[in-house]
Amino acid sequence: MSLYAVQKLIYQLNRDPRVREQLAQDFDGLLAQYELSEEERNAIRDPDIGLLYVMGVNGQLLMHYAALRGFGWNAYIEAMREGERKYGPVRTGLYTSAGSRS
Amino acid sequence: MSLVFAGVCSHAPGIVGRKDRADPVLRDGLYAAFERMRLAIEAARPDALVVIAAEHFANFFMNNMPAICMGMGEHYEGPIEDEAWLGIKRTRVPGDAQLSKALIEEVMNDIDLAYAQEWKFDHGISVPLHFLTPRYDLPVIPVNINCQGPPLIPLKRCYEFGRALRRACAALPQRIAVIGTGGISHWPATPDSGRINEAWDRAFLDKFIGNRREELLAYKDEQTWREAGQGGFEIRTFIAVAGAAEGHTGEVWFYAPIPIFAVGCTIAVMRLRHEDE
Ligand SMILES: [Fe+2]
Repeated sequence: MSLYAVQKLIYQLNRDPRVREQLAQDFDGLLAQYELSEEERNAIRDPDIGLLYVMGVNGQLLMHYAALRGFGWNAYIEAMREGERKYGPVRTGLYTSAGSRS
Repeated sequence: MSLVFAGVCSHAPGIVGRKDRADPVLRDGLYAAFERMRLAIEAARPDALVVIAAEHFANFFMNNMPAICMGMGEHYEGPIEDEAWLGIKRTRVPGDAQLSKALIEEVMNDIDLAYAQEWKFDHGISVPLHFLTPRYDLPVIPVNINCQGPPLIPLKRCYEFGRALRRACAALPQRIAVIGTGGISHWPATPDSGRINEAWDRAFLDKFIGNRREELLAYKDEQTWREAGQGGFEIRTFIAVAGAAEGHTGEVWFYAPIPIFAVGCTIAVMRLRHEDE
């Protein structure tokens, strides 16, 4: 698992227009710079916002990556719900849902 | 001179970005309370506005995460978010590097903190400024408290930071306003976005405006997380303001859960008595 690297890539995308430019020009080259598992690479490339959420990507990062990849607000919320249905509860981090749902 | 204003407000991105989707009566009430706060800050004639925010990975990441960081730039830029998504145009915001440096030096007598000469504002600062300094004509000094990537600074240290900031203000000739920005209970950026624990919020706000230190510091993160969501960790910014206003009580000017904004929207202000000035 390299959740740290997934989050770092999204952090840099959110922050740096040059990294966003690289995403547009050479996505695979950008992904190759980070130590990612195949599941993670695919989830970022697709993008599978639901899977990224379930992996434990912090929402304050993921929210902006979803917007960058064209998800409107409702689609973004729905993608997270779909991710939980498909892949189960959030695996790690602050967003693990056990205990947070009443 | 001293601290001349202390208050807290919400900063959720939806407050501006999704304004057309909210109940217009509640939204307009919130906007009116922001305007009242803007006028109150203006009436306090501050030389600078310190914004204690819960940063959201715009500047700091888990490769080098400060517990508390204060800006020391000549100017700042924000918002970092997509302008259309947030509903706020990107702009340059004036800072005051010299005043920052003086404040940091004073605060460091009491509590360690990091500093940063560049800073990109995210919604945590850009949303409050959009309402409170809409002409971006008041120097801003940003402060970040890490509320996102545990381990997080204990609440008692947030209160101590606020106290240190108050002492720092008292030691300098400038007039300084401070606001804390954050959610109370909320589950932002999750499938539960829009869930709000109103009873929890009201109980917290009551302790906040009463500035009841022991009760504020009795919150435990594990319980906050269960009852108030991961967004509840942002009470750190409110607690820092309570520390800055130690000995004073305040008033809630607005509170209403607005689910599409993903938070119980709040404006509260501490009454700083005149002898402080
Ligand atoms: Fe926040």
